[in-house]
Amino acid sequence: MMPEISLNILDIVENSTRAGASLVTIEIAVDTAADTMTVVIADDGCGMTQEQVQAVTDPFFTTRKTRKVGLGVPFLKQAAELTGGSFRIESEPGAGTTVTAVFGYSSIDRQPLGDMDGTILTLIDCHPDVDFLYIYRYNEKSFELDTRQMREILGGVPLNSQDVTEFIRQYLKENRADTDGGAVY
Amino acid sequence: MAMTLDKLKEIREKMQADLNQRDNSEGKIRVLVGMATCGIASGARPVLRTLSEDVQEKNMTDKIMVTQTGCIGLCQYEPIVEVVEPGKPKVTYIYMNPDKAQEVFNRHLVGGHVVREYTLESSNLK
Repeated sequence: MMPEISLNILDIVENSTRAGASLVTIEIAVDTAADTMTVVIADDGCGMTQEQVQAVTDPFFTTRKTRKVGLGVPFLKQAAELTGGSFRIESEPGAGTTVTAVFGYSSIDRQPLGDMDGTILTLIDCHPDVDFLYIYRYNEKSFELDTRQMREILGGVPLNSQDVTEFIRQYLKENRADTDGGAVY
Repeated sequence: MAMTLDKLKEIREKMQADLNQRDNSEGKIRVLVGMATCGIASGARPVLRTLSEDVQEKNMTDKIMVTQTGCIGLCQYEPIVEVVEPGKPKVTYIYMNPDKAQEVFNRHLVGGHVVREYTLESSNLK
Protein backbone atom coordinates (compact mmCIF):
# COMPACT_ATOMS: atom_id res chain seq x y z
CA MET A 1 0.00 0.00 0.00
CA MET A 2 1.04 3.58 -0.57
CA PRO A 3 1.49 5.73 2.55
CA GLU A 4 -0.40 8.67 0.99
CA ILE A 5 -3.24 8.96 -1.53
CA SER A 6 -1.25 11.60 -3.43
CA LEU A 7 1.41 8.96 -4.12
CA ASN A 8 -1.24 6.59 -5.43
CA ILE A 9 -2.35 9.37 -7.75
CA LEU A 10 1.20 9.96 -8.97
CA ASP A 11 1.51 6.26 -9.73
CA ILE A 12 -1.80 6.04 -11.61
CA VAL A 13 -1.05 9.16 -13.66
CA GLU A 14 2.18 7.51 -14.76
CA ASN A 15 -0.03 4.90 -16.44
CA SER A 16 -1.80 7.71 -18.30
CA THR A 17 1.42 9.27 -19.54
CA ARG A 18 2.72 5.88 -20.59
CA ALA A 19 -0.54 5.37 -22.49
CA GLY A 20 0.47 8.32 -24.63
CA ALA A 21 -1.97 10.83 -23.13
CA SER A 22 -1.62 14.44 -24.20
CA LEU A 23 -3.96 15.70 -21.45
CA VAL A 24 -4.48 14.22 -18.01
CA THR A 25 -7.17 15.64 -15.74
CA ILE A 26 -6.74 15.07 -12.02
CA GLU A 27 -9.61 16.02 -9.78
CA ILE A 28 -9.82 15.87 -6.00
CA ALA A 29 -13.22 16.64 -4.52
CA VAL A 30 -13.99 16.65 -0.82
CA ASP A 31 -17.62 16.76 0.22
CA THR A 32 -17.79 16.80 3.99
CA ALA A 33 -21.61 16.66 4.09
CA ALA A 34 -21.64 13.48 1.99
CA ASP A 35 -18.51 12.33 3.86
CA THR A 36 -16.67 11.53 0.63
CA MET A 37 -13.38 12.33 -0.95
CA THR A 38 -13.41 11.58 -4.67
CA VAL A 39 -10.35 11.22 -6.87
CA VAL A 40 -10.80 11.18 -10.64
CA ILE A 41 -7.95 10.67 -13.10
CA ALA A 42 -8.99 10.99 -16.73
CA ASP A 43 -6.72 10.75 -19.75
CA ASP A 44 -6.94 10.79 -23.52
CA GLY A 45 -4.37 8.03 -23.94
CA CYS A 46 -4.61 4.78 -25.88
CA GLY A 47 -7.29 3.27 -23.63
CA MET A 48 -7.90 -0.40 -22.86
CA THR A 49 -10.11 -3.18 -24.12
CA GLN A 50 -12.91 -4.47 -21.90
CA GLU A 51 -10.81 -7.56 -21.14
CA GLN A 52 -7.92 -5.39 -19.99
CA VAL A 53 -10.23 -3.25 -17.85
CA GLN A 54 -11.53 -6.41 -16.19
CA ALA A 55 -8.02 -7.70 -15.59
CA VAL A 56 -6.28 -4.55 -14.46
CA THR A 57 -7.40 -4.69 -10.83
CA ASP A 58 -5.76 -8.09 -10.56
CA PRO A 59 -2.25 -7.63 -9.11
CA PHE A 60 -0.98 -10.39 -11.34
CA PHE A 61 -2.00 -8.66 -14.53
CA THR A 62 0.31 -6.22 -16.27
CA THR A 63 1.10 -5.34 -19.88
CA ARG A 64 4.76 -5.01 -19.01
CA LYS A 65 7.18 -7.60 -20.24
CA THR A 66 9.74 -7.08 -17.47
CA ARG A 67 7.84 -8.85 -14.70
CA LYS A 68 4.51 -10.35 -13.91
CA VAL A 69 2.95 -8.01 -11.35
CA GLY A 70 1.33 -4.59 -11.52
CA LEU A 71 0.32 -3.16 -8.16
CA GLY A 72 -0.60 0.45 -8.92
CA VAL A 73 -4.29 0.00 -9.69
CA PRO A 74 -4.87 -2.72 -7.05
CA PHE A 75 -3.32 -0.43 -4.40
CA LEU A 76 -5.68 2.42 -5.19
CA LYS A 77 -8.69 0.12 -5.37
CA GLN A 78 -7.85 -1.44 -2.03
CA ALA A 79 -7.17 1.96 -0.43
CA ALA A 80 -10.60 3.24 -1.52
CA GLU A 81 -12.58 0.10 -0.70
CA LEU A 82 -11.04 -0.17 2.77
CA THR A 83 -12.75 3.12 3.64
CA GLY A 84 -16.20 1.92 2.54
CA GLY A 85 -15.72 3.73 -0.77
CA SER A 86 -15.74 2.52 -4.33
CA PHE A 87 -13.50 2.15 -7.35
CA ARG A 88 -14.27 2.24 -11.05
CA ILE A 89 -12.40 2.25 -14.35
CA GLU A 90 -13.96 3.23 -17.63
CA SER A 91 -11.92 2.88 -20.77
CA GLU A 92 -12.22 2.62 -24.49
CA PRO A 93 -9.45 1.81 -26.95
CA GLY A 94 -8.41 4.99 -28.71
CA ALA A 95 -10.49 7.25 -26.47
CA GLY A 96 -8.76 7.13 -23.08
CA THR A 97 -9.25 5.94 -19.55
CA THR A 98 -11.00 7.36 -16.50
CA VAL A 99 -10.25 6.04 -13.02
CA THR A 100 -12.57 7.05 -10.20
CA ALA A 101 -11.87 6.28 -6.55
CA VAL A 102 -14.28 7.35 -3.83
CA PHE A 103 -13.01 7.32 -0.24
CA GLY A 104 -14.98 7.54 2.99
CA TYR A 105 -13.74 10.94 4.12
CA SER A 106 -13.95 10.36 7.87
CA SER A 107 -13.03 6.67 7.75
CA ILE A 108 -10.27 5.77 10.17
CA ASP A 109 -8.80 3.59 7.43
CA ARG A 110 -8.45 6.40 4.93
CA GLN A 111 -4.85 7.38 4.29
CA PRO A 112 -4.05 11.09 4.31
CA LEU A 113 -4.18 12.86 0.96
CA GLY A 114 -0.56 13.87 1.58
CA ASP A 115 1.60 16.15 -0.52
CA MET A 116 -0.63 16.67 -3.53
CA ASP A 117 1.36 19.75 -4.57
CA GLY A 118 4.48 17.57 -4.71
CA THR A 119 2.68 15.12 -6.98
CA ILE A 120 1.56 17.86 -9.38
CA LEU A 121 5.02 19.48 -9.43
CA THR A 122 6.66 16.12 -10.10
CA LEU A 123 4.29 15.35 -12.97
CA ILE A 124 4.77 18.72 -14.65
CA ASP A 125 8.52 18.49 -14.16
CA CYS A 126 8.89 14.98 -15.59
CA HIS A 127 6.43 15.23 -18.48
CA PRO A 128 7.17 18.45 -20.33
CA ASP A 129 5.14 17.29 -23.35
CA VAL A 130 1.96 16.36 -21.48
CA ASP A 131 -0.71 18.81 -20.31
CA PHE A 132 -2.30 18.54 -16.90
CA LEU A 133 -5.55 19.94 -15.63
CA TYR A 134 -5.68 19.82 -11.85
CA ILE A 135 -9.01 20.56 -10.21
CA TYR A 136 -9.25 20.81 -6.45
CA ARG A 137 -12.66 21.06 -4.78
CA TYR A 138 -13.44 21.39 -1.12
CA ASN A 139 -17.18 21.58 -0.53
CA GLU A 140 -18.48 24.52 -2.57
CA LYS A 141 -15.08 26.08 -3.28
CA SER A 142 -12.61 25.07 -5.96
CA PHE A 143 -9.59 26.08 -8.01
CA GLU A 144 -7.80 24.79 -11.09
CA LEU A 145 -4.34 24.70 -12.54
CA ASP A 146 -4.32 24.17 -16.30
CA THR A 147 -0.93 23.81 -17.98
CA ARG A 148 -2.50 24.58 -21.37
CA GLN A 149 -3.38 28.09 -20.14
CA MET A 150 0.07 28.42 -18.62
CA ARG A 151 1.80 27.47 -21.87
CA GLU A 152 -0.25 30.03 -23.73
CA ILE A 153 0.88 32.81 -21.41
CA LEU A 154 4.46 31.58 -21.22
CA GLY A 155 5.12 31.38 -24.95
CA GLY A 156 8.15 29.14 -25.32
CA VAL A 157 9.30 29.32 -21.71
CA PRO A 158 9.39 25.71 -20.46
CA LEU A 159 7.06 24.67 -17.63
CA ASN A 160 9.95 23.07 -15.80
CA SER A 161 12.16 26.14 -15.58
CA GLN A 162 12.95 27.39 -12.09
CA ASP A 163 10.78 30.49 -11.99
CA VAL A 164 7.80 28.58 -13.32
CA THR A 165 8.30 25.72 -10.83
CA GLU A 166 8.43 28.27 -8.03
CA PHE A 167 5.30 29.96 -9.39
CA ILE A 168 3.42 26.65 -9.49
CA ARG A 169 4.50 25.83 -5.93
CA GLN A 170 3.19 29.16 -4.63
CA TYR A 171 0.07 29.02 -6.77
CA LEU A 172 -0.89 25.57 -5.50
CA LYS A 173 -0.16 26.46 -1.88
CA GLU A 174 -2.09 29.72 -1.83
CA ASN A 175 -5.05 28.50 -3.83
CA ARG A 176 -5.37 25.34 -1.82
CA ALA A 177 -5.40 27.32 1.45
CA ASP A 178 -7.99 29.63 -0.07
CA THR A 179 -10.15 26.70 -1.14
CA ASP A 180 -10.05 24.44 1.91
CA GLY A 181 -9.22 27.01 4.60
CA GLY A 182 -6.13 25.04 5.59
CA ALA A 183 -7.97 21.79 6.30
CA VAL A 184 -5.63 18.94 7.18
CA TYR A 185 -6.79 15.54 5.99
CA MET B 1 -7.31 36.75 -2.86
CA ALA B 2 -5.03 33.93 -3.91
CA MET B 3 -2.51 34.00 -6.69
CA THR B 4 -3.55 34.06 -10.35
CA LEU B 5 -1.75 33.17 -13.56
CA ASP B 6 -0.93 36.83 -14.25
CA LYS B 7 2.49 36.54 -12.70
CA LEU B 8 3.48 34.18 -15.52
CA LYS B 9 3.62 37.15 -17.89
CA GLU B 10 6.48 38.63 -15.89
CA ILE B 11 8.27 35.29 -15.94
CA ARG B 12 7.84 35.11 -19.69
CA GLU B 13 9.39 38.53 -20.21
CA LYS B 14 12.26 37.76 -17.91
CA MET B 15 12.97 34.33 -19.37
CA GLN B 16 12.55 34.85 -23.07
CA ALA B 17 16.03 36.30 -23.45
CA ASP B 18 17.81 33.03 -22.70
CA LEU B 19 15.37 30.68 -24.37
CA ASN B 20 17.69 29.84 -27.25
CA GLN B 21 20.14 28.08 -24.99
CA ARG B 22 17.64 25.55 -23.72
CA ASP B 23 16.37 22.14 -24.64
CA ASN B 24 19.54 20.58 -25.87
CA SER B 25 19.80 17.27 -24.06
CA GLU B 26 22.94 16.16 -25.89
CA GLY B 27 26.01 15.89 -23.72
CA LYS B 28 24.01 16.40 -20.55
CA ILE B 29 24.34 14.33 -17.43
CA ARG B 30 21.10 12.43 -16.98
CA VAL B 31 19.85 11.74 -13.49
CA LEU B 32 17.13 9.09 -13.52
CA VAL B 33 14.88 8.50 -10.54
CA GLY B 34 12.92 5.24 -10.48
CA MET B 35 9.27 6.29 -10.33
CA ALA B 36 7.33 3.10 -10.86
CA THR B 37 4.98 1.84 -8.13
CA CYS B 38 7.92 0.38 -6.18
CA GLY B 39 9.94 3.60 -6.30
CA ILE B 40 7.00 5.86 -5.45
CA ALA B 41 5.95 3.64 -2.54
CA SER B 42 9.43 3.72 -1.04
CA GLY B 43 9.91 7.47 -1.23
CA ALA B 44 11.10 8.44 -4.72
CA ARG B 45 8.99 11.59 -5.01
CA PRO B 46 10.86 13.68 -2.39
CA VAL B 47 14.17 12.35 -3.77
CA LEU B 48 13.25 13.58 -7.25
CA ARG B 49 12.03 16.92 -5.89
CA THR B 50 15.32 17.42 -4.01
CA LEU B 51 17.49 16.70 -7.05
CA SER B 52 15.32 18.70 -9.40
CA GLU B 53 15.28 21.74 -7.12
CA ASP B 54 19.03 21.54 -6.48
CA VAL B 55 19.74 21.55 -10.20
CA GLN B 56 17.43 24.54 -10.70
CA GLU B 57 18.84 26.46 -7.74
CA LYS B 58 22.43 25.97 -8.80
CA ASN B 59 21.57 26.97 -12.38
CA MET B 60 22.76 23.66 -13.76
CA THR B 61 19.79 22.84 -15.99
CA ASP B 62 22.00 23.28 -19.06
CA LYS B 63 24.32 20.52 -17.79
CA ILE B 64 22.08 18.15 -15.85
CA MET B 65 18.68 16.72 -16.66
CA VAL B 66 16.71 15.16 -13.82
CA THR B 67 13.98 12.87 -14.98
CA GLN B 68 12.17 9.69 -14.10
CA THR B 69 12.45 6.15 -15.22
CA GLY B 70 10.33 3.06 -14.75
CA CYS B 71 11.03 0.01 -12.64
CA ILE B 72 14.44 -1.46 -13.38
CA GLY B 73 13.75 -4.69 -11.56
CA LEU B 74 15.57 -3.90 -8.31
CA CYS B 75 12.44 -2.97 -6.37
CA GLN B 76 13.94 -4.03 -3.04
CA TYR B 77 16.64 -1.33 -3.33
CA GLU B 78 14.32 1.58 -4.13
CA PRO B 79 14.42 4.56 -4.13
CA ILE B 80 17.05 4.21 -6.86
CA VAL B 81 18.84 7.05 -8.61
CA GLU B 82 20.94 6.41 -11.72
CA VAL B 83 23.50 8.91 -12.94
CA VAL B 84 24.29 8.57 -16.64
CA GLU B 85 27.18 10.68 -17.79
CA PRO B 86 28.39 10.58 -21.40
CA GLY B 87 31.57 8.52 -21.69
CA LYS B 88 31.43 7.14 -18.14
CA PRO B 89 29.97 3.97 -16.64
CA LYS B 90 26.48 4.38 -15.19
CA VAL B 91 26.33 4.85 -11.41
CA THR B 92 23.40 3.33 -9.54
CA TYR B 93 22.58 4.70 -6.10
CA ILE B 94 20.26 2.68 -3.90
CA TYR B 95 18.16 3.30 -0.77
CA MET B 96 18.05 7.01 -1.50
CA ASN B 97 16.32 9.62 0.65
CA PRO B 98 16.30 13.43 0.35
CA ASP B 99 19.42 13.81 2.55
CA LYS B 100 21.42 11.24 0.62
CA ALA B 101 20.19 12.75 -2.66
CA GLN B 102 21.45 16.13 -1.49
CA GLU B 103 24.83 14.55 -0.78
CA VAL B 104 24.91 12.88 -4.20
CA PHE B 105 24.11 16.24 -5.77
CA ASN B 106 26.89 18.06 -3.91
CA ARG B 107 29.60 15.42 -4.06
CA HIS B 108 28.91 13.74 -7.41
CA LEU B 109 26.97 16.10 -9.67
CA VAL B 110 28.76 19.24 -8.52
CA GLY B 111 31.99 17.80 -7.17
CA GLY B 112 32.53 15.08 -9.74
CA HIS B 113 33.22 12.27 -7.26
CA VAL B 114 31.00 9.21 -7.05
CA VAL B 115 29.58 8.72 -3.54
CA ARG B 116 30.74 5.12 -3.31
CA GLU B 117 29.06 4.19 -0.06
CA TYR B 118 25.57 4.63 -1.55
CA THR B 119 26.11 2.72 -4.76
CA LEU B 120 24.64 -0.65 -5.63
CA GLU B 121 28.15 -1.81 -6.44
CA SER B 122 29.51 -1.13 -2.96
CA SER B 123 26.60 -2.77 -1.16
CA ASN B 124 27.04 -6.43 -0.41
CA LEU B 125 23.48 -7.05 -1.50
CA LYS B 126 23.24 -9.10 -4.60
